[in-house]
Amino acid sequence: MSNNISTGITNTSAPLLKVTNLQVKLPVAAGTLNAVRGIDFEVQRGEMLCIVGESGCGKSMTSMALMGLLPQRANITASQLNFDGAELLSLTERQRSGLRGSRMAMIFQEPMTALNPAYTLGNQLCEVLRRHRKVSRQQAKERAIYLLGKVGISAAEERLDQYPHQLSGGLRQRIMIAMALMCEPDLIIADEPTTALDVTIQAQILRLLRDLQREFGTAIIFITHDLGVVARIADRVAVMYAGEIVETADTTTLFNAPQHPYTQGLINCIPTPGKTPPGSRLQAIPGVVPSLIGEVKGCAFRNRCSRAEERCTTAPALIQATQAHAVRCHFATSPVPSTAIPCEVLHESHQR
Amino acid sequence: MKATSVEPTPYALELCGLSKRFTLGGKMFSKKRALYAVSDVSLRVPRGQVMGLVGESGCGKSTLAKMLLGLTPPSEGDVLIQGKSITHSDQKTLARHVQPIFQDPYSSLNPRRRIGDIIALPLRLHTTLSSQERSQRVTAMLDLVGLPKRATQQYPGQLSGGQRQRVAIARALIMRPDLVICDEPTSALDVSVQAQILNLLLDLKEEFGLTYLFISHDLAVVEHLVDRLAVMYLGRIVEEGSREQIFAAPKHPYTQALLASALTPDPSLDIPDLGLGSVQPDPSRPPAGCAFHPRCPQSSPECRERRPSLPPVDLHGTGRVACHFA
Amino acid sequence: MPDSTTPLATRTSPRLRSPFASLSARLPRHRTLLLGITITGLLVLIALLAPWLAPHDPYAQSTANRMIPPVWHAAGSWEHMLGTDRLGRDYLSRLLYGARISLFIGLLAAFISGLIGTTLGVLAGYFGGRVDAVVSYILTTRLALPVVLVALALASLTGGSLIMVTLLLGLLLWDRFTVVARSATVQLRDAEYVQAAQALGASLPYILLREILPNIAPALIVVATLEVANAILLEATLSFLGMGIQPPLPSWGLMIAEGKAYMFFQPWVIAIPGAALFMLVLAINLLGDGLRDISAPGGRDE
Repeated sequence: MSNNISTGITNTSAPLLKVTNLQVKLPVAAGTLNAVRGIDFEVQRGEMLCIVGESGCGKSMTSMALMGLLPQRANITASQLNFDGAELLSLTERQRSGLRGSRMAMIFQEPMTALNPAYTLGNQLCEVLRRHRKVSRQQAKERAIYLLGKVGISAAEERLDQYPHQLSGGLRQRIMIAMALMCEPDLIIADEPTTALDVTIQAQILRLLRDLQREFGTAIIFITHDLGVVARIADRVAVMYAGEIVETADTTTLFNAPQHPYTQGLINCIPTPGKTPPGSRLQAIPGVVPSLIGEVKGCAFRNRCSRAEERCTTAPALIQATQAHAVRCHFATSPVPSTAIPCEVLHESHQR
Repeated sequence: MKATSVEPTPYALELCGLSKRFTLGGKMFSKKRALYAVSDVSLRVPRGQVMGLVGESGCGKSTLAKMLLGLTPPSEGDVLIQGKSITHSDQKTLARHVQPIFQDPYSSLNPRRRIGDIIALPLRLHTTLSSQERSQRVTAMLDLVGLPKRATQQYPGQLSGGQRQRVAIARALIMRPDLVICDEPTSALDVSVQAQILNLLLDLKEEFGLTYLFISHDLAVVEHLVDRLAVMYLGRIVEEGSREQIFAAPKHPYTQALLASALTPDPSLDIPDLGLGSVQPDPSRPPAGCAFHPRCPQSSPECRERRPSLPPVDLHGTGRVACHFA
Repeated sequence: MPDSTTPLATRTSPRLRSPFASLSARLPRHRTLLLGITITGLLVLIALLAPWLAPHDPYAQSTANRMIPPVWHAAGSWEHMLGTDRLGRDYLSRLLYGARISLFIGLLAAFISGLIGTTLGVLAGYFGGRVDAVVSYILTTRLALPVVLVALALASLTGGSLIMVTLLLGLLLWDRFTVVARSATVQLRDAEYVQAAQALGASLPYILLREILPNIAPALIVVATLEVANAILLEATLSFLGMGIQPPLPSWGLMIAEGKAYMFFQPWVIAIPGAALFMLVLAINLLGDGLRDISAPGGRDE
């Protein structure tokens, strides 16, 4: 590690990343957007944590806050934002950029915009490594070729002289993965890395990412809206809604015994071959996601929730259902039947 | 089955050898090249059914949709709607029979028009109704798609994605077309809203006896919605059949890979290994022989040389597949 | 039952606003734009009210009162607040009437060039292909012409009447409209709402005028304000060079030209119309820049 942050003695049993009460506020025209409203989570070494949620739930804001890529005007606070012993919010910008690309890397949804069209791939790959490590051009090139082979790109040496526009979307995303791995980071944040890809390519990229994660022991925060992807790739899942984590559990528990009505709704509203009879009505979640501008009072899901009652106007605390399963819902303590609660099918409401 | 037959055809849509050729290059320094976005597509969609059309980006499904909507003329072949060729009918006549629902509700509505005006536009263009009658029809339509009356005064920017897609649906259906081309109508929407829109599409199909051509890449949605399914690869249909046939026993290796790559939310399953290799198709340089052979796990020398042909559409609507091994 | 009536948040969402409302909400916070609007508005008002505001007839000569300096000068008087010119005409009155000429020429020339440029640009952008090639050819030809020289040459042929100068400028200044309209239309041509209108069988004029034009209008309005300023300056240039507005009309450019002989001994003769010209052009440019800033598209939702 050639960066200048003393991380102390690396304790392998401590979580790699510990986030406590992370809040992100953004000033917008109509007031303050409370994009992330106090979330807690941990990422263990070598773990694949999926953050799943719909657009505007704060999942991308969370990842940008972790990477330190949010605009200056964003107000980020946290009781703890601890990355391997270093408190991220107390680092200088110079120290943070020393971490970026080196110990924490990011893979974006749209590889075409994340790669610079003016430079060759080899140039961009080697640049990442040479910015953070004292290596020769030749050593950097060798590592690039090695990693291109790892991400399944044939004729790696020739590829290094190509420009991003000469590649297909799937290949570009492989390049992005190779680039993220250049410095052997401890943590990769992948923000919807397969959303822009075709389904057959998506399956290949997911396999690749999972295999590399196991091989290199990298922890990955995988951000997506697609529950199908989550089910296949995640070790643990955090479900976000309206800037909060409403449920966290290991993948099997989350899909087999979800407790939060939103998680249940999400799982039930996608047609599943074999379960939903073709042509039947789907169990839609009524209404729309609430606006996060201004203060949200009580449970943010209550106006779409079929179980909502009086006490939901007060904010529910995070309830530990089991040791590894936490739910932010007033109903979580009472035993919930394993069959999902049907959501009434209603037209989209017009709450503001 | 030509326009001359007296009996009304049982098909809302028939495609006969439809092709679309684009010319690439031909500018100062590059040679001209022909690109077949769609080649030799023949398909029949029975009235009142949902025909799914799946394939990856660049397979020609959107070009096909544009030809059906009259937005771009076919290079070869013919499109019959309710048994009548659209080649010589003008856009206005065609518009009464076919309407689109586009993918992105953020770009499919003019941001500077009120919702009421957007939905009333078809009535203004095609009817002589008074403005009062128009606004009655608009209100009735809004009610059908589950939007409140006050939405007429709002602008698209004031609505959510799901609400906008309801507006787009209202605009498409207010003239009661026979055929609706749904081009990925839910892929820009959030999962929780997707189900609302799919339910609405199914309800309206029953209500108006519509025929849908449903273009999508989401196989779970396709399986839920369609009666028949056509799979496209690099401009050609490689397999077509009823939902049961295709989802139970896909015959073309590409269909098999597509179905395998659909990720159902089942944590006990692994990420599928499709065995397709990392080659991605380039529509402007389709391989010789079977277009799928560079990625196909079963390809043989024959596949490299001879293109397998798709059997012609038959009257019974049994499955068709274009593969040497099928 | 979902409780969908109680609002969760205490503030309303910005999505509630209509396009016009969100524009006008952004307006008061933009100071330079407000300044531009105020000064331009004031000058327009002055131009409109010139017959009532002017203390004298701007054309009335008086050999007895030649070259009276302005009131702040030792030899000045309140009778002629800004003094008189070499023919003894009241300078303030000429200045006020000159505002009419500048604004008339600026607005009309920008309108004519806007009409020509937008038509060419929208057609080129919408149809592409050959139409685009032809328009691009015309545009390149136009850009190859040095505006001032061509205007001078043509003005000397046609003579410098007010209408002629305006037409000339209108015919020469459409290039920016074409460039902006073309690129904006190219972006919108494939927008799904344009395709939706096509699929509904809407006529070509309907699509161009009702679907495309309103959406490229903000960009065109910005170009228009800048072209107004441009035309005003060009008119002053032509008049100064003696090929624009002909005497005795009180054009600001002409006033500067007429005063240039006295520049060293009576600098106010050119300073006053010069300052007026500067103020007007600056104000219009502030207005244009400000409009561009506030009409820039924000995010979709947030």
